[in-house]
Amino acid sequence: MNRFDYVRAGTVAEALQAVAGGGRFIAGGTNLVDLMKYNVERPGRLVDITRLPLDAIEEHEGGLRLGALVTNATAAYDARIVARYPVLANAILAGASGQLRNAATTGGNLNQRTRCYYFYDEATPCNKREPGSGCPAIGGVNRIHAIFGASDACIATHPSDMCVALAALDAVVRVAGPGGERSIPFADYHRLPGDTPHIDTTLAPDEIVLSVDLPEQDAASHYTYLKLRDRLSYAFALVSVAAVLDLDGDTIRAGRFALGGVAHKPWRNPQAEASLRGKPATAETFEAAAAIVVAEAEPQSGNAFKVELARRAIVRGLSQAAAGTPQSISDKRIA
Amino acid sequence: MVTTISSTGTDRYVGTAHSRVDGPAKVTGLAKYAGEFAAPDLAHGYVVSGGIAKGRITAIETAEAEAVPGVIKVFTHENRPRTAWLDYNYRDAVAPPGSPFRALYDDVIHYSGQPVALVVAEDFETARHAASLVKVAYAAEVPATDVDAQAEFAYDPPKKRAGIKPPPQPWGDATAAYEAAPVKLSNDYRLAVEHHNPMEPHASTVVWDGNGRITVYDKIQGVSNSQGYIAAVFGMKKDEVRVLNPYLGGGFGIGLRPQYQLFLAVMAARDLERSVRVTLTRDQMFTFGYRPDVRQRVSLGADAAGNLQSLRHDALSGTSRFEDYQEVVVNWSAILYDCDNVALSYKLAQIDTYTPADMRAPGAVTGVLALEIAMDKLAYATGQDPVALRLANYSERDRTEGKPFGSKALRACYAQGAERFGWERRNPKPRSMTEGRELVGWGMATGVWEALMQQSSAQATLTSDGKLVVGNSTGDIGTGTYTILTQIAAEVLGLPMEDVTTKLGDTDLAEAPVAGGSWTAASSGTAVMKACRKIAADVFAMARAMDDSPLANVDFDRVVFEGGRIAVAGDPSRSVSLVDAMTAGAVDKVEATESAGPDSGHAKEFAAYTHSAIFVEVKIDEDLGQVRVTRVVSAIAAGKIINPKTARSQILGGVVMGIGSALEEESMLDHTIGRFMNHNLGEYHVPVNADIQNLDVIFVEEEDKANPMGVKGLGEIGIVGTAAAIANAVFHATGKRIRDLPITVDKLID
Repeated sequence: MNRFDYVRAGTVAEALQAVAGGGRFIAGGTNLVDLMKYNVERPGRLVDITRLPLDAIEEHEGGLRLGALVTNATAAYDARIVARYPVLANAILAGASGQLRNAATTGGNLNQRTRCYYFYDEATPCNKREPGSGCPAIGGVNRIHAIFGASDACIATHPSDMCVALAALDAVVRVAGPGGERSIPFADYHRLPGDTPHIDTTLAPDEIVLSVDLPEQDAASHYTYLKLRDRLSYAFALVSVAAVLDLDGDTIRAGRFALGGVAHKPWRNPQAEASLRGKPATAETFEAAAAIVVAEAEPQSGNAFKVELARRAIVRGLSQAAAGTPQSISDKRIA
Repeated sequence: MVTTISSTGTDRYVGTAHSRVDGPAKVTGLAKYAGEFAAPDLAHGYVVSGGIAKGRITAIETAEAEAVPGVIKVFTHENRPRTAWLDYNYRDAVAPPGSPFRALYDDVIHYSGQPVALVVAEDFETARHAASLVKVAYAAEVPATDVDAQAEFAYDPPKKRAGIKPPPQPWGDATAAYEAAPVKLSNDYRLAVEHHNPMEPHASTVVWDGNGRITVYDKIQGVSNSQGYIAAVFGMKKDEVRVLNPYLGGGFGIGLRPQYQLFLAVMAARDLERSVRVTLTRDQMFTFGYRPDVRQRVSLGADAAGNLQSLRHDALSGTSRFEDYQEVVVNWSAILYDCDNVALSYKLAQIDTYTPADMRAPGAVTGVLALEIAMDKLAYATGQDPVALRLANYSERDRTEGKPFGSKALRACYAQGAERFGWERRNPKPRSMTEGRELVGWGMATGVWEALMQQSSAQATLTSDGKLVVGNSTGDIGTGTYTILTQIAAEVLGLPMEDVTTKLGDTDLAEAPVAGGSWTAASSGTAVMKACRKIAADVFAMARAMDDSPLANVDFDRVVFEGGRIAVAGDPSRSVSLVDAMTAGAVDKVEATESAGPDSGHAKEFAAYTHSAIFVEVKIDEDLGQVRVTRVVSAIAAGKIINPKTARSQILGGVVMGIGSALEEESMLDHTIGRFMNHNLGEYHVPVNADIQNLDVIFVEEEDKANPMGVKGLGEIGIVGTAAAIANAVFHATGKRIRDLPITVDKLID
């Protein structure tokens, strides 16, 4: 771990000022501190934002506004979230551990970095860690890597569960920077790697996340968060599905779903979602939507199984949502 | 003396359940581990790990690291102190044949992650930071880490590893019998490379005592091994090196051999004449031993009823370029089943990694996995029940050595395990049992491990306050050794367990070997029993010599030791307290050191093994490839059980590790760069609570005469066969026969 300066900001303005010129914000530190120990991140300055007044969950335009410093545990057990956005609560609880969720924050979750083995291992090249050095994951050990939207420079995935639900909920990320505040639709927040895989998000280095806003919607009737992984708890998703359906009897008025563990960002496919509209909520409808999604898959040498797994997970996830039988987080039997 | 420990049944302390005597220290944090001991003026070393798998260091730049305030010295191959130069000096007590790895020896890179420098600083954080500033340039060569690709260079290890039985000569004609057999099965098997991943990382704290003497706290499963290694490598006398390790945070075999952090810490401490600690990181725990990559083929020929007519088991194991690691992989097949035509082979192929290391039930986990999946296939091929098939081929003797078993209650294990599990309700047809959306699979397998004993000594001291201290230098690796030795000592001398203290893990104590191979209960237990008996005899002599002794004219074999007193058997009114006897004898303590070893006469006549029958239920969501192990029943035959509570814990731990082996654990090598890539506990998966449901353990006691207590050991047997039982249950559930473990999602949805 390199030497670094540490400052604590009391206001958003102070935080923005302190981070200018190469600092990094730190809140829960559950990912950043690890990365610093591995020499992957070497910030010259840490700006502690834990005292900023961004830790509330508030009513907002019929929806909810989650402050950037709301911990994952607080969000997952908040009665309003459980009642109105249970897919988000379940996604959060499907990830990490109780201890980590107590420390990790909403803003930090958005900005956590990939768990690609090579990214974490200073002894190997990595375009995300050292632009231009290469990507040994391509053709290497890539069982956990992307099947959608990868590039010749990077095949890493975004590791979050929470963000998959936020994507399916069409959340909006409100940020502040030197030029003032702006809102970023969730789908635009995380990037695909392209030839600049070292840039994960569209948040500028001198900007800060203020809140994540959940728009008003009926997300509590037909939803699920289905996570498939290499053990029954405490592992990153090989494939996960967050789904929210709006049903009129057996007919789908609208449906949104996002996949985790398969791309550099929570993966949505607008055509697949559009294909649900006006269709009966049947396995055939879900199979057709899944087929649209996986048609675009480009697996790596070691993860072709993810394509079929994603296809089946979509069908199962949408079926769970339609039936009103969301995947239980505590019961590891898949409904 | 009537007070003996019977080889069956329950005595006062031995044979009854007791909580760990070291439990309170462990759960309150009082128990200290190797990297936790403090020393005045302690310096901290941090290892710089190499990034290539093969080649040479062309330049190593340390100036920037040395310039960091607080850095004391950076050691590399260019400035390291001289140490012994003969391989012999580096070969520890359990080393395989070859040239043991020497850290910072020269510019040659043998494997990825090899230590290339040690930065010593005033504190850990400074050392770690400075280590990141050491720049190493390499001339890299292309590594070869894929065992399959090296198969053409396979060889019989010319030197055999001590204590590892090579495959026996073939008997009968396995090839001809196979060709003639009505039922033939021949398949390849693989178990992924696994790393031990104990919770406690490797660490050594070397305390500089002055005048060239050192006290070392080392993460090791037996301190005498570290002491011998240090003395030989650094040219020290053994009495200049005291090594302690009172507790171990998990060993599983990776603590058997001294590892490179010990060498580095001692080297630095001697050079700097200062106390030094070196603790490895979790990632660095992937830079030495591992369960080897073994490619196996099992070929079974049988008659239509499943009686074996031919048995072949061939294994090709990866090893390093510098040592011929060996373990017993294939012999188990001919030990478990009775077949007249047997051919077994075990070969090695070299790859550019560190030398593999013994890992819980080394060889047996791997070999029995293949054998027991093959037997399940044979059961299906012949329409036999898997248990019935095993009974039909049950062996009454170890045909690899031509000896009957001293005891073998495996039949009872099958029967009791099957009954507890409800095996008779199994519909043998694959995919026939379901529950809701899930497929239900019931599978079983057999486990076997050798019951070993090693030459061990132990000491005992009874003081005139009636307190007894016993112990030796072996380690309690978390198995409950402190507890069972306390029970044994209390049993022999008739003292409350509270009055007995067991000390372990200190080279100042009576010498005993490393704790491994499931031999510690038999070895240290017998030695402690003998030392306590010697004390009993000495105190009895004092009691009988007392004026008007109630024990006058009573022989030693007519008295019992109970409640701190020596009494005439059957007449408690005639007794003398131990304390009174010692007072009369005018001694304030009675000491004894005794040694015990295997009974070679018995061993010449009888084979000694532990056995198990494992029954497993899995529930599988076939579409999504998710497996849940919902029930495991392990029926264990392991001789006398000294403490059913710690014994059960041993089996539970083995079963959990078996579940990991079956479904999760896999160290993934990138063959292009020759490096294990998932070198952390986030991506190397071991079971978590959610993966573990109902585990049930049955002990089928056996009377065995291999050692005086009839103990066989429990450290390994719980894991052996567990993965095979799970794989067989997965087949029963899904009809998919997976022979390449772990059984991960990708293999199930294929």
